[in-house]
Amino acid sequence: MNTLYLLLVILAVVVVGGAVAFVALGGRGRSGIEDSSGAPVLLEEPPAEPAEAPEGDVDLLEPGLEAPAPGPAVEVPEAPVVEPEVVEAEVRPSFRERLAKARASMSGYLSSVLSRKEITEESYEELEEALLLADVGMGPTQELLDGLREKVRAEKLTTNAELLDALRAEMKSTLEGSTDLARSPESPTIWLFVGVNGVGKTTTIGKVGKRLADDGASVVMAAGDTFRAAAAEQLETWADRCGATIVRGAEGSDPSSVIFDAVEAAASRGTDVVLADTAGRLHTKSNLMDELSKVRRVADKGAGSVTEVLLVLDATTGQNGLAQARQFAEATDVTGVVLTKLDGSAKGGIVFAIRSELGLPVKLVGLGEKAADLVDFDADEFVDALVST
Amino acid sequence: MFESLSDRFEGIFSRLRGKGHLTAADVDDVLREIRLALLEADVNLAVVKSMLGRIRERAVGEDLSKALNPALQVKKIVLEELTETLGGETLRISYASKPPTVVLMAGLQGSGKTTNSAKLARWFRAQGRNPILVGTDLQRPAAVQQLRTLAEQVGVPVYSAPDDVVASGEGDPVEVARAARAEARAQGRDVLICDTAGRLAIDAEMMDQVRRISAELQPDYTFLVVDAMTGQDAVGVAESFNETLSLDGVILTKLDGDARGGAALSVKEVVGKPIAFASTGEKVEDFDLFHPDRLAGRILGEGDLATLIEKAEQAFEAEEAEAAAQRMLEGTFTLDDFLEQMQSIKKMGPLSGLMGMMPGVPKEVRDVEIEDHHIARIEGIIHSMTREERVQPDIIDGSRRSRIARGSGTSSSDVSQLVAQFRQMRQMMQEMGRTPKRKKKGRKGRKSGGRVTPKGAGKPKASSFQLPTREEMEAQLPDALKGPGSPGL
Repeated sequence: MNTLYLLLVILAVVVVGGAVAFVALGGRGRSGIEDSSGAPVLLEEPPAEPAEAPEGDVDLLEPGLEAPAPGPAVEVPEAPVVEPEVVEAEVRPSFRERLAKARASMSGYLSSVLSRKEITEESYEELEEALLLADVGMGPTQELLDGLREKVRAEKLTTNAELLDALRAEMKSTLEGSTDLARSPESPTIWLFVGVNGVGKTTTIGKVGKRLADDGASVVMAAGDTFRAAAAEQLETWADRCGATIVRGAEGSDPSSVIFDAVEAAASRGTDVVLADTAGRLHTKSNLMDELSKVRRVADKGAGSVTEVLLVLDATTGQNGLAQARQFAEATDVTGVVLTKLDGSAKGGIVFAIRSELGLPVKLVGLGEKAADLVDFDADEFVDALVST
Repeated sequence: MFESLSDRFEGIFSRLRGKGHLTAADVDDVLREIRLALLEADVNLAVVKSMLGRIRERAVGEDLSKALNPALQVKKIVLEELTETLGGETLRISYASKPPTVVLMAGLQGSGKTTNSAKLARWFRAQGRNPILVGTDLQRPAAVQQLRTLAEQVGVPVYSAPDDVVASGEGDPVEVARAARAEARAQGRDVLICDTAGRLAIDAEMMDQVRRISAELQPDYTFLVVDAMTGQDAVGVAESFNETLSLDGVILTKLDGDARGGAALSVKEVVGKPIAFASTGEKVEDFDLFHPDRLAGRILGEGDLATLIEKAEQAFEAEEAEAAAQRMLEGTFTLDDFLEQMQSIKKMGPLSGLMGMMPGVPKEVRDVEIEDHHIARIEGIIHSMTREERVQPDIIDGSRRSRIARGSGTSSSDVSQLVAQFRQMRQMMQEMGRTPKRKKKGRKGRKSGGRVTPKGAGKPKASSFQLPTREEMEAQLPDALKGPGSPGL
C-alpha cells in the first residue's frame, strides 16, 4: 500500500466530511432534533409549539406515596438531615480552611516574591507562574499582570507586600459579582443545571435542594438526566434526604418532557422551586447541545420561568473550561457558575477567564462533600484563601 | 478557539521570511509561542519548562536558517519532543498465571471510573476473557446501580454488597473486595475489575480506604482514571495516587471533547506511567488501548493522521480504493464512487471523529456533529439519481433536480448543494493529480484567512477549508508508513 493511495483516501475523508458537514449544517434548521418516538402525549395542555411538545411517559414520585417510602433502611448517615438548622448555619466551612491544600502549591512562589526587597521583573515572573499553576490561563494572567504593572506605576508601590495586595485587589475585582439566585415572580422558579460529564450536577442539585428545604421552600427535582445509568436513582436519594418531590421519566426518554412535567407538577401543587437536572454532555456535541437548548426553551413554556441556568464546573478543569462555558452559554443563556470540588488541591483559576471573557459570575462553590459545604461564592474570601502564604 | 501551533508559527515565520537567518530573538519568539500552546493545552508548567529547554537546544543545534521550511522544521522538533515524552510502547496486558487478573480503578470524583470500569470489562471480553465487575463505591448514591446497568449493557456480572447494605451506606468496601476475589474464582472469572469511590487525593481517610482495598486485592494493574480536561492539578493528583497505590497506568477519559489533553502528557512525564487506555465517547465501545505517540499532534492542535491511516487501511479494499484513487486524479470520479467511498468511510467510525484527526481542518468544520441521518440524506439523494446522472452530474437540470428531491425526500436546494460540493471536490482532486508540487501559490488563500472564520460567523463554508499540503501530511506520517521511494503526488 503506498502513500499516494493512502493520502488520497484521507483526502476523500476530508472532502466527504466537509460535504456532509456542509449539507448537515445547511439542513439543520429543518432536520433539527425532532424525534418521532410516537409516544402518546400525556399532557392535558400541550405547549404552544407542537414541534416541541414533550412526550414520553413520566412517573411522578412523591415521597410517601408511590415512591419507595424513605424508611429507616434508606437513611443515609452522612446526610446531616437530623441536624437542627441552626447548626447548618454555624458549620459553614471557611474558604481558607478548605483551600489549604490548593494554596500550598502557590505559597512557595508568593513567599519567594515577598522575600525580595523590591519589585523586580522576577516578582512578576513568579506571580505569573503562580497564576498559571492555578489554571488562570495565559490570557487572564497577562491581563492581571498588566493591570498590576499599571497600578505599581500609578500608585508608586515599592514593596512586594504591596504588590501582592494589589494583585489580590485586581483578582477580587475581576471576580466580584452578585451571588443571588433569582426567583421568578410567579412560581415555580426553575433553576436548570448544566455542564459536562462528571462535574457534579446531580450532587449540586441535591445540595441546593437541601439548602432550599432548610430555608422552608418546597422543591421539585426534575430528573432530566435520562441518559446516564442510575442518574435518576442518585437524584432520588437526594430528594429523599431533603424531602423534595422527584419527577422522573423512563431511561432514555426525552429530557424536555420530564422537565416540563416537573414544572407542571410543581405549578399544580404550588411548589416554590424546580431544580432541573440535565445529562452531562461534552460541549462539542452539537446535537446534545441542541437538545439542551430545547430543554431550556421547553422549561420556560409552562408556568413560572427559568431564572437561573447554572453551569456546573469542576475546579480541576483546565483551559478547556472556557470553551465549555462559551458553548453552554451560547446554548442555554447560562446565568452563573457553580464551582465544585474546590476542597482538593485544584484552584479553579479558570473562573477568571470565564468571568472576564464571558462575564459569568461564580454563584456557588462546593467546598466539601456535605450538603452544608455548598456555599455562596465570596470573591474576597476566595482570593484571600488562594493568594496567601 | 485554540489556534493550532502551525497557525501560530505561520505568523512568526512569515515575518521571518526573506531574512537570511534566525536571530536569538527570533528563536525566543518561537519558543514563546510553543510555551503558550503547551500551557493552553494544560501541560503542567514544570513540564513545559523542561520541554522548552530541550526544544531550544535542538532548535539552536539544527540551524533553522538553512531549513527549507523553518516552520515545519520547528514543528517537527516539537512533535518529536512531545512524542518522546509521551513515549513508550502501547501497554500490553499480561494475565496473572493464577486467575483472576485483578484491575483496580482509582481516581477523583467525576473522572469516569464507573463508566470506564464497564468499558474496560467490555474490552477484556472482546479479548476473549471473562471479566467480573466489582462495585466498591458504596458512598455515592446509586453508584452500584450505575455499575449494574452498565455491566448489563456489556454482558458482565457485577459483584457488590447486597442491595440493602449498599442502600444503608454502611457497607465496607474492603469487605466487598475480599469477598469479590472468592466470587470471581467461584464463577470462573479470569479478570476482576474493581471500581472504587471517587476521592480527593488529599482525603486521608478515603486514600487509606483505597489503599486497604488495594492491599486486599493485590491488583495486577492499578489504573488512574484521568479526565482529559484536567488542568495543572493533574500532576499533583497523579503523584498522590501513585504514592498510595503505585500506579501502572492512566486511563484518559473524555477525549472526545476538544480538550487538548496536556494533562496526560504531564502525568506521563512526572509520574512516568503510561497512558494505557483512552475513552473517546459515551458509548461503551468507544474505548481502546492508547497509542501514546498520537496525542502529540492533538496537543498541538495538529490532528492525528496515523490513526486515520490505520483506520483507512482496515476499512478500504486496497485494490478498489486504488482504482478509485486513480479515477479521482483523472477527474473521472463519479457519484457512484463517492457513494462507495462514503460506505467505506462509514466503516472507519463517526465522520466527525475522523475529521478531528485530519490536520488542517478548521475547528468550525471539525465541530459539526455529523449524524448518520445526515449521511443517509446524501445517500438518499444519490440513490434517487439515474445512473447517467451519477456519472455526469452536469446534466442535472431543474426538472431532474426536483425529481431527485422528491425521490429522496429532500429539497432541490439540497440536491444542488450536493452536486456543487461534488463538483468542487472533483476539481480539487484533479488539481492534486495535475500539479504534483503544489507550492506557495496554492496556499495563498489560506493565509488571507480562509481557515479562520470570524467568531460567531455561524455556518462554515465547506469551501473555506483547504486541503493540507503534502508536506504537512508527510510530516506527520509515521516513518514506517512512508516507506522507501514512496512516490510523491
